[in-house]
Amino acid sequence: MRSAFAPWLTACLLAAALQVQAGTSVRDDRGATLVFERAPERIVSLLPSLTESVCALGACNRLVGTDRYSNHPASVQSLPKLGGLEDAQVERIVALRPDVVLVEPSARVIERLESLGLRVVVMEARNHGDVRRTLAVLAQLLGTPAEAQAAWQRIEADMAQALRMVPATARGLRVYVEIDTTPYAAGTGSFIGETLAALGLRNIVAPELGPFPRLNPEFVVRAQPDLILAARSGLADMTHRPGWGSLTALRQGRSCGFAPAQYELIVRPGPRMGVAAQLIAQCVAALPTTPATGLRGR
Amino acid sequence: MSQEERLARRRLALGLAVLSLLLGLAGLAAGGEGWAPRQMLALLQSPEGDLVIGQIRAPRTLGAWLTGALLGLAGAVAQGLFRNPLADPYLLGSASGSVLGVVLVLGAGALAGQGVSLATVDTISRFGLVGAAFMGALAGVGLTLVLARGTQGSTRLLLAGVVVGVLLGALSDLVTNLVPQALRGKQAFLLGSTGFLGWQACVFMATGLLIALPLAWRLARALDALSLGEESALSLGVALPRVRVALVGALALATGLAVSQAGLIAFVGLVSPHLVRRFAPASHGYTLLASAAAGGVLLLAADVLARTLTAPQELPVGVLTAVLGGGYLLWLLNRRRLA
Repeated sequence: MRSAFAPWLTACLLAAALQVQAGTSVRDDRGATLVFERAPERIVSLLPSLTESVCALGACNRLVGTDRYSNHPASVQSLPKLGGLEDAQVERIVALRPDVVLVEPSARVIERLESLGLRVVVMEARNHGDVRRTLAVLAQLLGTPAEAQAAWQRIEADMAQALRMVPATARGLRVYVEIDTTPYAAGTGSFIGETLAALGLRNIVAPELGPFPRLNPEFVVRAQPDLILAARSGLADMTHRPGWGSLTALRQGRSCGFAPAQYELIVRPGPRMGVAAQLIAQCVAALPTTPATGLRGR
Repeated sequence: MSQEERLARRRLALGLAVLSLLLGLAGLAAGGEGWAPRQMLALLQSPEGDLVIGQIRAPRTLGAWLTGALLGLAGAVAQGLFRNPLADPYLLGSASGSVLGVVLVLGAGALAGQGVSLATVDTISRFGLVGAAFMGALAGVGLTLVLARGTQGSTRLLLAGVVVGVLLGALSDLVTNLVPQALRGKQAFLLGSTGFLGWQACVFMATGLLIALPLAWRLARALDALSLGEESALSLGVALPRVRVALVGALALATGLAVSQAGLIAFVGLVSPHLVRRFAPASHGYTLLASAAAGGVLLLAADVLARTLTAPQELPVGVLTAVLGGGYLLWLLNRRRLA
């Protein structure tokens, strides 16, 4: 009796195991494990960097809607715009019947979408490692795991190209990257800080200050960075700040003011990080004079 | 009460009821693509009808009304309690308390790396955003009561509320300074939103309204007496300290529930009682009930407009309530000056 039962049970277990294997399971940044029977065909992304990542993994055509800030590649501009992370339009998202919604950790939208029966994958990228992991998780989700490696290699190739563009005399320049005029800086632990390091540049902000520290304006003046990177509008305003007129970098024009589109690219932790690095490298290469301090500490 | 006054009250009550109904229907018909009553009928017959109308539009519409009603009621209570037409529901520290709760939850993860223990972080994040905002609002009012040494004097209470507002506001600024990532969520909370209201939120708010409204209504007589001045109220036999505690309780509950579900929606609590008094001056019993209904109508109207004005995009509902409420107050001031 038992022996007659055994093959049947084995078959059942095997079938069950195959069933599980047929689907994909991903673990997102909340630590939640989501099991998908089939790779999602209809995707809503509520973050520009995640939109770009999906496209970099060759699944742009599976996007059915994005947040209002997603603007790259051009093909996503014609998709329905579903608000921002904090004011996502729940009804329009639901009406698009997405198989999965991609978001950053955010206040309310995740809970509300899940209560309406949608699958939500939460990813957060602060540094290069996070971007690589996000690509891997998304590729797994999309059912094209091999694409992650390819996409990451493209980023690395772009980074390597950027590094070659930086003149040897500029290596070791001490840089201040301004994220917000308050002023918030990009620290060494942020993806921007890591990009600078990859280009052979140094950061005036110490690692222990965290990824995006808010600085005392005096700190920047005393640090006397060799190079200043900021949005063009922010840079134009800098000399008017008390004491900032004494910054040698500003007086000698050793600064990069990025136009809005370029700046947006630089502050986006996604598959175009390598291109962002090239933008920075281009600016560094075009600097008028390279100060002797650039070699300090080398 | 003159015949004319009675008529005005009836007219206002009827008007608010009809408006609530009409706006309720409008709320069901105004969707993600804007104003589309015809599509609503088609939607109702499609399999998606239950999800889109039953699970999204219906709770959002009812939720917006309930949020407005809680704020309207809280505003009427606050103005009666402090005998000040500028009093609003956020006066006793509930706003700053709820904001602090929200930024603590938003920043919890990142705070772990900055000297706050993991166990604390875990406890904070377990509250969730809604829970933290609610607890924060109650804690803010609690702190105000402690600073004012109970509810002995209303000036003391007011001042303590201002102090708590500044203190807790500074604390939440400190948190966002340490954790800039929390800024975006804080901004959204300050603006207020009706977009994420579900049935669960409606159940919470309806329960709160069913507790706070009868409680305030029972004390309406005391508020009437109080409007003659504290000493007159005492001489009329009103047990002021007890009445104040109960009213502050109702105020805190109503405000806490509203802000925890929808954020700090501006002006509804301040304007609703004015609106009611303008159309039908009455004793507090009527004003409290009508202010709740007026608040509901105001916020629901703002919500429907927010969904339709720039469809398929959506306007922040807090911006609309501020424009509508502020515009109304300005008009009111101007009219008085002309008269």
